[in-house]
Amino acid sequence: MNTFTICNKELNSYFRSPIAYGVMAFFALIAGYFFYVAVYFFMQMSIQSSMQGGGPMSVNDSVIRPILSNISVIGLFVIPMITMRLFAEEKRTGTFELLATSPIHDMEMILGKWLAALILYAAMLALSLVSMLALFAYGNPDWRPMVVGYLGLLLQAGCLLAIGTFISSCTKNQIVAGVASFSICLLLWVLDWMSSFQDSAVARVLSYMSVLQHFDSFSKGVLDSKDIIYYISAIFIGLFLTARSLEALRWRS
Amino acid sequence: MIKVEGLTKRYARHVAVDNISFEIQRGQIVGFLGPNGAGKTTTMRVLTCFLPPSSGSARVAEFDVLEQPMEVKKRIGYLPELPPLYPEMEVAEYLTYVGRLKGIPKASLAKRVDEVAERCSVGDVRAKLIGKLSKGYRQRVGLAQAIIHNPDVLILDEPTSGLDPQQIIETRDLIKGLAGDHTIILSTHILPEVEQICEQVIIIAKGKLVATDSVANLTSRLRGAETISLEIAPHNGSPLVAGEVRERLEHVSGVGRVVDRDGHDGRLSFTVESQQGQHIRPELARAVVEAGWNLNELHSVGLSLEEIFLELTGAPKHDISAPHATTMGAEAGAAAGESQ
Repeated sequence: MNTFTICNKELNSYFRSPIAYGVMAFFALIAGYFFYVAVYFFMQMSIQSSMQGGGPMSVNDSVIRPILSNISVIGLFVIPMITMRLFAEEKRTGTFELLATSPIHDMEMILGKWLAALILYAAMLALSLVSMLALFAYGNPDWRPMVVGYLGLLLQAGCLLAIGTFISSCTKNQIVAGVASFSICLLLWVLDWMSSFQDSAVARVLSYMSVLQHFDSFSKGVLDSKDIIYYISAIFIGLFLTARSLEALRWRS
Repeated sequence: MIKVEGLTKRYARHVAVDNISFEIQRGQIVGFLGPNGAGKTTTMRVLTCFLPPSSGSARVAEFDVLEQPMEVKKRIGYLPELPPLYPEMEVAEYLTYVGRLKGIPKASLAKRVDEVAERCSVGDVRAKLIGKLSKGYRQRVGLAQAIIHNPDVLILDEPTSGLDPQQIIETRDLIKGLAGDHTIILSTHILPEVEQICEQVIIIAKGKLVATDSVANLTSRLRGAETISLEIAPHNGSPLVAGEVRERLEHVSGVGRVVDRDGHDGRLSFTVESQQGQHIRPELARAVVEAGWNLNELHSVGLSLEEIFLELTGAPKHDISAPHATTMGAEAGAAAGESQ
């Protein structure tokens, strides 16, 4: 119950500050650009393929999948902007004292804030659905892989948002929280680059830890339990660390 | 209602609160007094379950802050030094949010928000953004937030700091008005505030408990002798000689010490201390009149909390001949000069 009270309040705060609109506008612009490029590229390729007498190309593979992969990369940039204020601002303005002295559990507070961030991200993803609907209007793609892809985007965001929430709880300074979250998001992205030129155990472990690597199967429309488990455990770890960080705040200060 | 035993709070480098014990009965208004950095805020944070104690225990309404923090939090309303406000929210919306956090059932919440808004006189700004409010209004919204769930205990950390004199008076009246229903702990470093509002006072300095007593007891306990301020003017134009007047005063029975203060326009001012337990005012007046001088002024200078405080904390005491001296803030000086 308290979780929803807090979630509701956080969403309100997002939409009363320029953050939500700025982030959504940035996202819509980039996602729209990617859509345009993907569709243009698809058209060129299908003309070429029909001239050479090949069969029709798959919209799912040539348009939807690259767009979803690109959106997952945009997420890395957008998510720190969403999470940086969650706890840092409350700690700076002293409102954290209100939350901490109210009869609510830390976890309710954390879940409420994380959920609000996830809902904001989902609203952002919904913007990209508009262009996807255009594909259905003029073509005949399969909707199921797309649903799996969006589910993957949500899971991936959930995990990065949990990490961002944790980092925001460690500092009073929003900018510090934003920069640190961004660095970690970036690191989790590039971890699997090593596996492209090397096949050692280290490279494989690093690759497994990479957030984007696990999105790959989702973008193909494949639900793989190992990827779902990865995201869910990362969400759990992020939120758990946040709880520990809030607790440490009281024992240490 | 509140019971603190051997409470100690240690930070990494220093001890903020050192082995403090006190008890507060239901319905009392208690002033928590001490200079900045004495450990007032830390003690309050322990009582509100914001910080855990390093050792010792604190109980609110029989619930321990470490073992049953949820029960304690339900019974406490807390106004930190910086009111915990969200500038992007409207007043009524904010109070509703806090009410939900404090666990007020939805059905009665709207009514309760109206009540506290009226009580704290923020009803006229309920649709305004908190970020646009003046400091006095913000403080009152903070107070409304603290009492919204009708808590047994109200903990206010320097509720009047940073307000203008008019707002200070309003806030004090508001706090006095709340006294009946709640046990109130109020921290301040302004002494007259305690004299005006509180029944009981707890004085701490450098993390240690210095005194805990009722305001009246504390004053009488420390007042050994009566201190009287006197102004004498010449009668019939013959000028006064300070030494002569002084000698005359010293011969009045019961007088302990006479201190000259600066006089002007031919008038002389003295501060006279009586010996232990002596009432010397009538004798002094008679002596002055019989000597043929005019008695312009005669009043008793009560020992103010400021002096008590300095006495107890062992800070250098100011000379009694300067009762208008100010050490704790402008207001403290004004109160020290008031007659009793």
